[in-house]
Amino acid sequence: MKQALSKYFRDKDIQQLIGKQLRIGVIVSSIIVFVGGVIYLVRHGHEQPSYGDFTGVREGLTNLPGIWQGVMENKGMNIIQLGIVLLIATPIIRIAFSVIAFLIEKDYLYVGITLLVLGIILFSMLGGLAG
Amino acid sequence: MTILSFTLILLGGAFLAGLLGSLTGLGGGVVIIPLLTLVFHVDIRYAIGAALVASIATSSGSASAYVKEGITNIRLGMFLEIATTTGAVVGALIAVYMPTNVVAIIFGLVLIFSSVMSFRKKMEFPADQGDSKAAEQLRLNGSYPSAGGVVNYKVHHVPGGYFMMTFAGVMSGLLGIGSGALKVMAMDNIMRIPFKVSTTTSNFMIGVTAAASAVVYLQRGYISPGLCMPVVLGVLAGAFAGSRLLTRANVKWLRIVFSVVIGFLALQMIYNGITGKL
Repeated sequence: MKQALSKYFRDKDIQQLIGKQLRIGVIVSSIIVFVGGVIYLVRHGHEQPSYGDFTGVREGLTNLPGIWQGVMENKGMNIIQLGIVLLIATPIIRIAFSVIAFLIEKDYLYVGITLLVLGIILFSMLGGLAG
Repeated sequence: MTILSFTLILLGGAFLAGLLGSLTGLGGGVVIIPLLTLVFHVDIRYAIGAALVASIATSSGSASAYVKEGITNIRLGMFLEIATTTGAVVGALIAVYMPTNVVAIIFGLVLIFSSVMSFRKKMEFPADQGDSKAAEQLRLNGSYPSAGGVVNYKVHHVPGGYFMMTFAGVMSGLLGIGSGALKVMAMDNIMRIPFKVSTTTSNFMIGVTAAASAVVYLQRGYISPGLCMPVVLGVLAGAFAGSRLLTRANVKWLRIVFSVVIGFLALQMIYNGITGKL
């Protein structure tokens, strides 16, 4: 009983941590998106939108080094994209957190399962699937 | 129309989508794609990118609250994420080869399914009965706090649920939606999990599933910052407002209206897909 109880509480701590991390990720990335959005609108607000034909976004917005370079040059679009990358990273970071959490719990089955999910996402990221 | 007015109108539309999506439990993403493609004539590939990012935002935002309450079954979510992420990667790969009008038709069909599902009478199965060896071995059985104390429940038909989740993942990766309806169906009907747990756990998984295909779409140039900015901020603000209103609003008639609207949008998507306009 005592063991079960302590397990319940440890589970709870981890859940609190995961909950907090998700919330912070969403808040920080929306602030960055908002700031980038203001810069983008001030500079390009008067132009015409063109999303009718698919050309793909311009070069520099599809990979991390490119996005970062534009952020250094204070480009609004790149700052927005940085916020979006952070948003996409939020659930991925959550998985990394879970690996540590399951390690602390000595639940090695779930360390394995969680690493597998992380591996699938990394493969998706780095596997050259963009075609 | 200038980018400024386009952004502001879209911000308002996305806010409404997020608000209605959270009040009715259908999710904001399901209206974002028809809104962008049918109303704003945005190419469906950009629309999918924006909707995908929006679903990550709302899923992570609301999951943070549910996880803290301890209702979400994190082990079950983690295990099924193997299925949904694999599916999502496959879906994102198929999307390259699939003509956009076929994507539009499939989207319309899934949309109709989701809206019909929201009317389905919720059947609660006796939670603590039956035995599944796989669930035991994978430690999927769980408990959640309720007003009447801690409720224990068991998970059934693990392989069936896993298979259905893979399919939900493919749809999510292909269409850029959370496909919450498919996930909830897999967990409610097949795995027989209490409704409260299945909705929150599904929501918990949506972010990871969407992230798995979003990394592909980002590299492919589908994720356009100028479009994502109003969509993400609007949907998030709407979902937040919705969660505040939820305790007070009578959502029954709202769900009916929203489902009718969704059904109409779905038919429109299918029509435009068949005639090749999308």
